[in-house]
Amino acid sequence: MGRNRLNLAIGLGATCSGCDITIVDLAEYLPKVLSSVNIAFWPTAADLKLKDLEAMANGSIDLCLYHGAIVNEENAEMARLLRRKSKLMVAFGSCACFGGVPGLANLATKDSLLETVYGTPSTDNPKGLKPQGEALVGEYRMAVPKRLDAVLPLSGVVEVDYSIPGCPPQTSQVKDAFEAILSSDLPPRGSVIGPAKNLCDECPRKREGKSISKIVRAHETIADQERCLLDQGILCMGPATRAGCDAKCIKANMRCEGCMGPPDGVGDQGAKMLGAIASILGLEGEDKMSEEDVARLMDGIVDPVGLFYLFSLPSSILRRRLWEV
Amino acid sequence: MNDVRADLKNLKIGVYVCHCGKNIADVVDVKRVADFASKLPGVEVAREYLHMCDDVGQEMISKDIMELGINRVVVAACSPKVHELTFRDTLRKAGLNPYLLEMANIREQCSWVHRSDPDRATEKAIDLVKMAVAKARWLIPLETKAVEVTRSALVIGGGIAGIQAALDVADNGYQVYLVEKGPSLGGRMGQWSKVFPTMDCAACILTPKMVSAAQHPKIKLLTNSELIEASGSLGNFKVKIRKRPRYVDEEKCTACGLCAQKCPVRIPNEVDFGMSSRKAIYITSPNAVPLAYSIDGENCLYLKRGICRVCERVCEAKAIDFDQKEEVLELRVGSIIVAIGYDPFDPTPLEEYGFGRYKDVVTGPMLERMTDPMGPTGGAILRPSTGKPPRKVAFIQCVGSRDARFNLYCSRVCCMYAIKDSLIIKEQNPESDVYIFYMDIRAFGKGYEEFYLRSQEAGVKFIRGKVSSIREDPRTHELVLRYEDTLLGTALEDSFDLVVLSVGQVPRADTDAISKILGIPRSADGFLMEAHPKLRPNDAVVDGIYLAGSAQYPKDIPDAVAQASGAAARALIPLSMGQVYVEPISPLIEEDRCGGCGVCVKLCPYGALKLEEREDKRVAKVDEVLCKGCGTCSAACPSGAVRSRMFTEEQILSMISSAAG
Repeated sequence: MGRNRLNLAIGLGATCSGCDITIVDLAEYLPKVLSSVNIAFWPTAADLKLKDLEAMANGSIDLCLYHGAIVNEENAEMARLLRRKSKLMVAFGSCACFGGVPGLANLATKDSLLETVYGTPSTDNPKGLKPQGEALVGEYRMAVPKRLDAVLPLSGVVEVDYSIPGCPPQTSQVKDAFEAILSSDLPPRGSVIGPAKNLCDECPRKREGKSISKIVRAHETIADQERCLLDQGILCMGPATRAGCDAKCIKANMRCEGCMGPPDGVGDQGAKMLGAIASILGLEGEDKMSEEDVARLMDGIVDPVGLFYLFSLPSSILRRRLWEV
Repeated sequence: MNDVRADLKNLKIGVYVCHCGKNIADVVDVKRVADFASKLPGVEVAREYLHMCDDVGQEMISKDIMELGINRVVVAACSPKVHELTFRDTLRKAGLNPYLLEMANIREQCSWVHRSDPDRATEKAIDLVKMAVAKARWLIPLETKAVEVTRSALVIGGGIAGIQAALDVADNGYQVYLVEKGPSLGGRMGQWSKVFPTMDCAACILTPKMVSAAQHPKIKLLTNSELIEASGSLGNFKVKIRKRPRYVDEEKCTACGLCAQKCPVRIPNEVDFGMSSRKAIYITSPNAVPLAYSIDGENCLYLKRGICRVCERVCEAKAIDFDQKEEVLELRVGSIIVAIGYDPFDPTPLEEYGFGRYKDVVTGPMLERMTDPMGPTGGAILRPSTGKPPRKVAFIQCVGSRDARFNLYCSRVCCMYAIKDSLIIKEQNPESDVYIFYMDIRAFGKGYEEFYLRSQEAGVKFIRGKVSSIREDPRTHELVLRYEDTLLGTALEDSFDLVVLSVGQVPRADTDAISKILGIPRSADGFLMEAHPKLRPNDAVVDGIYLAGSAQYPKDIPDAVAQASGAAARALIPLSMGQVYVEPISPLIEEDRCGGCGVCVKLCPYGALKLEEREDKRVAKVDEVLCKGCGTCSAACPSGAVRSRMFTEEQILSMISSAAG
């Protein structure tokens, strides 16, 4: 272990571990990373235990990439522990940055969520058991981490120094982050590693001033490859989404789902996109539309939260459901 | 670029709570508000004082700026519409950027509306101050921008107000475009015969004005024309005028009238409210300016069906020109004066008075036409049913005015015109009886009370009470009025042979269209709204647009003329300054955040946004002259690149969180 090597930790919350794959995806750059770091903690790849981590001195880890949302007490505790041990805490991937896909659980309250998962007619659970946190099993006291009231992004429990969004992040962002850290050329704290602008900046498609006269869902059509998807009525999230992915989905003729989260200067990605869509929906001929026409047009938005907040509900103004109605 | 990001370091906020005499302090506990404000984060000093807008109050603020280094100012007082400019000036004079000011409106929004609940009014004032302080933290210094002015004015409406305004602006040496929808100038005043309280002949005083306007070298008169589109802002408006063809060469026409004599089409004459007829080729009055006939395209046989052309054959001057085409003129002007006037109230919906059902129930303006020597009766007041002079005439006041079913406002002219007409009736037939049924006689103008006395001396009878119904005696065709004499306290009935409904003024039918084209709102009564009811009665809500005459509110002639001169004086300010300072209302487009998605482009109601191509990139650009600062683009911008400088996201969110937290 060379003394100059960075102590690197990779922490996991509620994650699919796709973010781990991004690191492996560094490919030809990976050896350079591995030769300049010392893996202090990475449950996916290295056999280190919690007690090993606890034994480390505070601040002894140079860089912690934390991926996954904060869903239960274990996630929160691990985040706090890693924060104490790390000089730099990075929210890695959209779950850590904004709550991500697991964050859609915030559409339900904790109780109704458990009810749905453990109590629907299709669930084989005759005793109606639900996770209790602690339970006595024979002579053993068993504990399952308690679910928090709501899914949180990493910044909901600890202070975050940098964010690398994406589902998963692009290898280029990871590379940029490592280069910056290895060369000690860090951007201002709080920065997001990635371009400041929205995806439209990278999008090669031709576009016009916008007015959507009919909403088309992606599976209902084969989109024109050349023209802006929004101009074709497909609700592409690109305008409210940070660039940096090189418009991969767009180039595959698929709409942007918004995984990179909001660009610089936007707090609430979904609200911004909703504002934009509401503004351009039926803009031309608006004065001739009846209330019913407007309602019919709006009905084209199926599953608005899933559309506008697929990756960012917990960090939006909405955050979560507080009670069932 | 950085000016949208506020400097949060070294914040020193000063909060100034105004008593507004007793306006605020009687209800809101101003001391409590100031005490609370003094404890808010970033607040260096919080003071309260009797009148923040007076010299002492302003001095207090500027002293704090200079001595304590206050760098954000929150004034909790009246509406920013009243005094924001005052306090911006205070800041400017004290060396602080004037836009580092935020106002909390604790008068209109607290003390005036929550008079009955001082405690909660105070709580609300505290909340408003808290929000203003939260916003103040994020204020950014802004600069006003000087823009060159197009030194010409547009006047819409060729009635007495429009004529006066056009003359005043033109006499100051600036080009005026005077746009009149009809074929000639004169407007409503041109329909009247004698005017109160002087009993002048309206034509005698109006005609010279019309001629001066038409002949003025600086006035371009556009008749048969209307405004169809407008864009731009104070100092630089771009307007489109549709000019319908007259089909008569104004230069050649000698107004001999032979064409009208021969024209076979006869239609009701709108000048006489349908009491007479006119031809399809016509002139509104023998005094018309311009003095030229005009063909009404809607009714001309040749233009509708391709037959006739008799006018062309008889015209010795060869003035008829069926080849004239509709034109759309595009003009650039620095100021716009709206003087579109009013319509008389249509009393048909008041079924109890039987207008339209009983021939001898007429409106005041109809009677007015009868008094005109050029009118349908040659100046004689006659019963429409018999064509004979009436012996007993009733005037019913406040028809459609001061009536919760129609218009709550007082139309301001009906008392005086009824009195005037009663005198004319008395002059024409001293033996006749004239009654005026009134709620209140409002003789508020110069010489009006004297005029009222004159009619009483002439024997006109004034009965204080509202007429509840009119029915016609089927045998005698006399009109039986049922009314309460509130001075006697009894219900009575009496018969008359002519009833005049003193109808008031209502907004012209096209007021809504003009309001939409120019983006100037209307008040609850339907008239065009002024920027401030007391201090800016000549200004529309949009800068650079001014109001004259009854377009703003019912007016008599002297008031309309006075307001027209006022509007002209206001409209001249930008023209003579040559430059206007544009408030920094246009959005700031942060190019390092704009990805060129194009969402904003079509949204802009003023066409001020476009996508500019830059190498392989696109960036939104705003035209600051066309922009009116509505904020639509910044609300819609999905990437946070378009920012309203005075309502940044940080400012709004910090206000919301301070209100909620």
